[in-house]
Amino acid sequence: MNQLPSISAPVVDYLENHEQKGLLRFLTCGSVDDGKSTLIGRLLHDSKRVFEDQLAALRSDSRKHGTQGKAIDFALLVDGLEAEREQGITIDVAYRFFATDHRKFIVADTPGHEQYTRNMATGASTSDLAVILVDARKGILQQTRRHSFIVSLLGIRHVVVAVNKMDLIDFDADRFAEIEAGYRAFAESFGFDTLQVIPISALQGANIVERSPQMPWYAGPTLIGHLNEIDVSSDDAGRPFRMPVQWINRPDLDFRGYCGTIVSGRIRPGDPVAVAASGQHTRIARIVTMDGDVEEAQCGDAVTLTLTDEVDASRGDVICDPKARPEIADRFSAHLIWMGDQKLVPGRTYAVKAGKQSATGVVSRIGHRIDVNSFAQDEVDSLSLNEIGFCDLALSAPIAFDPYEVNREMGSFILIDRMTNQTVAAGVIWRSLRSADNIHRQAVDVDKQSRAIVTGQKPVALWFTGLSGAGKSTIANLVERKLHARGRLTYLLDGDNVRHGLNQDLGFSDEDRVENIRRVGEVAKLFVDAGLISLVSFISPFRSDRQMARTLFEEGEFVEIHVAAPLEVAEARDPKGLYQKAREGKIRNFTGIDSPYEPPQAPELVLDTVALDAEALADQVIRYLGLD
Amino acid sequence: MSNRRSHLQRLEAESIRILREVVAEMKNPVMLYSIGKDSSVMLHLARKAFYPAPPPFPLLHVDTTWKFREMIAFRDRMAAEAGMRLLTHTNAQGVAEGVNPFDHGSSYYTQVMKTDALKQALDRFGFDAAFGGARRDEEKSRSKERVFSFRSAAHGWDPKNQRPELWSIFNTRVKPGESMRVFPLSNWTELDIWQYIRTENIPIVPLYFAKERPVVERNGALVMVDDDRLPLHPGEVSQMRRIRFRTLGCYPLTAAVESDADTLDDIVTEMLIARTSERSGRLIDHDEAASMEKKKREGYF
Repeated sequence: MNQLPSISAPVVDYLENHEQKGLLRFLTCGSVDDGKSTLIGRLLHDSKRVFEDQLAALRSDSRKHGTQGKAIDFALLVDGLEAEREQGITIDVAYRFFATDHRKFIVADTPGHEQYTRNMATGASTSDLAVILVDARKGILQQTRRHSFIVSLLGIRHVVVAVNKMDLIDFDADRFAEIEAGYRAFAESFGFDTLQVIPISALQGANIVERSPQMPWYAGPTLIGHLNEIDVSSDDAGRPFRMPVQWINRPDLDFRGYCGTIVSGRIRPGDPVAVAASGQHTRIARIVTMDGDVEEAQCGDAVTLTLTDEVDASRGDVICDPKARPEIADRFSAHLIWMGDQKLVPGRTYAVKAGKQSATGVVSRIGHRIDVNSFAQDEVDSLSLNEIGFCDLALSAPIAFDPYEVNREMGSFILIDRMTNQTVAAGVIWRSLRSADNIHRQAVDVDKQSRAIVTGQKPVALWFTGLSGAGKSTIANLVERKLHARGRLTYLLDGDNVRHGLNQDLGFSDEDRVENIRRVGEVAKLFVDAGLISLVSFISPFRSDRQMARTLFEEGEFVEIHVAAPLEVAEARDPKGLYQKAREGKIRNFTGIDSPYEPPQAPELVLDTVALDAEALADQVIRYLGLD
Repeated sequence: MSNRRSHLQRLEAESIRILREVVAEMKNPVMLYSIGKDSSVMLHLARKAFYPAPPPFPLLHVDTTWKFREMIAFRDRMAAEAGMRLLTHTNAQGVAEGVNPFDHGSSYYTQVMKTDALKQALDRFGFDAAFGGARRDEEKSRSKERVFSFRSAAHGWDPKNQRPELWSIFNTRVKPGESMRVFPLSNWTELDIWQYIRTENIPIVPLYFAKERPVVERNGALVMVDDDRLPLHPGEVSQMRRIRFRTLGCYPLTAAVESDADTLDDIVTEMLIARTSERSGRLIDHDEAASMEKKKREGYF
């Protein structure tokens, strides 16, 4: 396939031909043991990417770990991690490279085990085509369906189903036809642009490069023949112009370049553009490169643009076609592939990275989970590792996006757990939620600042956290009285007046506790917005939940106050007799007893209830506010 | 379609995007500069990514004191040309203990003078991101590595627990002390590198080109006598041979090949008909199949 030139061949011609080759990125997927790694090993071997020293290492490895008796086990070429070689399985996605006379290929070889689905999705996210392997003896399995669904969800429009191990079913044409018909029927709803089903034997190399003499009944292309010829080009360069600003290049006062990768459309100097969020209009002045300015740039190019006017655009802003702008919204619905070891908790705040834009956000609703076997929609409260759900998200700030099916780069995002920094979900945006879209665009004439001028005070949220019995409510009450005496407008939110009204539908499970705090945070935010000093007195035991509440507020508005008392002290006080009941097992999930309290790491204030009495501590808060 | 980009143009754009992402998101990045051909390409891409500004980070060279002399001269010239600060670091303790590739074996020597030295340098300057020129096609464990490869505060790599890396959205978050190794050339092959050097006219160390040089033959490999520190074994004589290098490192650990290839086109021709992979020129990889993975877990690049 990869015709190596003889020494006398004109190498320059070869290189110039090579330089003009296109690139195809594809992934191989399918159930475990369907022969993915063997297929890749075969492709590398047949395209002479395997060197002699690697082959020697492979021979010795094959004897040690191989599954093919004395023959070379090609899978060992690609299973690179020690654990993978020992267990004979693929755990992580591996990237492989080979070339034919027509094309260069980057292959993402992805694992088949269900528990490594997230790695399969990783490989699919950058591919233009998927080769889905099916074991001819087993036919279509659950993983075949799961992978096909993810392939479709991640926007891959071209699929090859390679029915492997044909040698083990005596190259049976009827069995192949049966599998092909079955797959086509089930994949019909995915609407792939092309779907090619090919009978192969990766082990023997049948219908990989050369047509197999044992399958004269098959008239279609070989795998390589198909990969060489298929046109996966999209019309991204013909779509409206989009360039998310990645970095601002300001070497001196005279130059301000907007760096980024064009994700759709093309651009020339003089073209009108807009900044998506602000709507400011300007024109492209120059397209700057180290080799001199260029006259045109297009989708996929990493460019530095200068603009004719000074506009307010920084990292995360999208420079776009002024006539066809992306949507701007802080609420949207999306499919999520959950990748975290810990399950999704609706209402918990995650970091969101969408293109070059960063925000925080919560999953406000799980519409349904998708059963990858039946494609049924299940009602659920949460998503676990490798599950796929259709969800609503609410972000702390609006972002610019296009639906994923229109633009992969503009419609994708990831969620990150802010405690562990792990990537916990991949998201593809379906559409914005119109209501929030409208609310956002409504101009608000009377805002927080103008209300604060009328009330004559700096609105803040005083967030008292601590163990039950630490003295939160006592101190918060005193603080409110002192503020009131100074003519300040206040409102105190505590467990009693919120749990019995607004939150009476919530219990004490982890999910409900998160939701409880989320609602209290939102209410406190509204009071702050109204110009009030809002006092919140809640145990709020989890750091991440208090952090979530904090993100609702602007800098300086959220005052976290740790009402500190050692557990023995709080338990000895036990004003409501709750600790005793918890010790007797009459109350479950009681903070400090059988549910943890995570003290603040950097609170604005710590009130030491052992050293001072409530009166003195309340004065400490008043002093902090500068109102003494 | 006349506007379709070639694979090299696409690789270039991808690398530039990665380089910019690090500068935009990380606090204190550095580029590991090993002076080899991959480093040369990486440096060239960095200059393109940030033009007209110079790349906004320093170059770091971990100097084992056993590099070829021509490499050091080339290093200083390239840093000056790019307008970048050049930091060098040597494991002083290793030098004081006289650690060298002859008496201590290549594996211990590499651990002390390369891996430990690298970790010392990263800690000393407090870098939270370090670019490396490694490619996924070089070696099996590399083929599994992310573009943004997370490292613990002890610089360790946990291959079984890598962050999923979707689309071109990179999770760059690290806690204090933790860091990222970032590989802008992840998806390049050896041929792509040479091709790009040829099209972009990128300067490389002259040792890649064939020339008469003094060598000794040792365990079937040709080792260049770059200075008088190379102890000659009984019976060994330094002789002039026409040789070049496919990969560059510490001279006592880098095997030369006999060659007449003294132009880029000749080098590529040789590469295309080669029967052994480039890493075989590095004497440290031979021990066991998973030796690279092991080194990487311990903090090697």
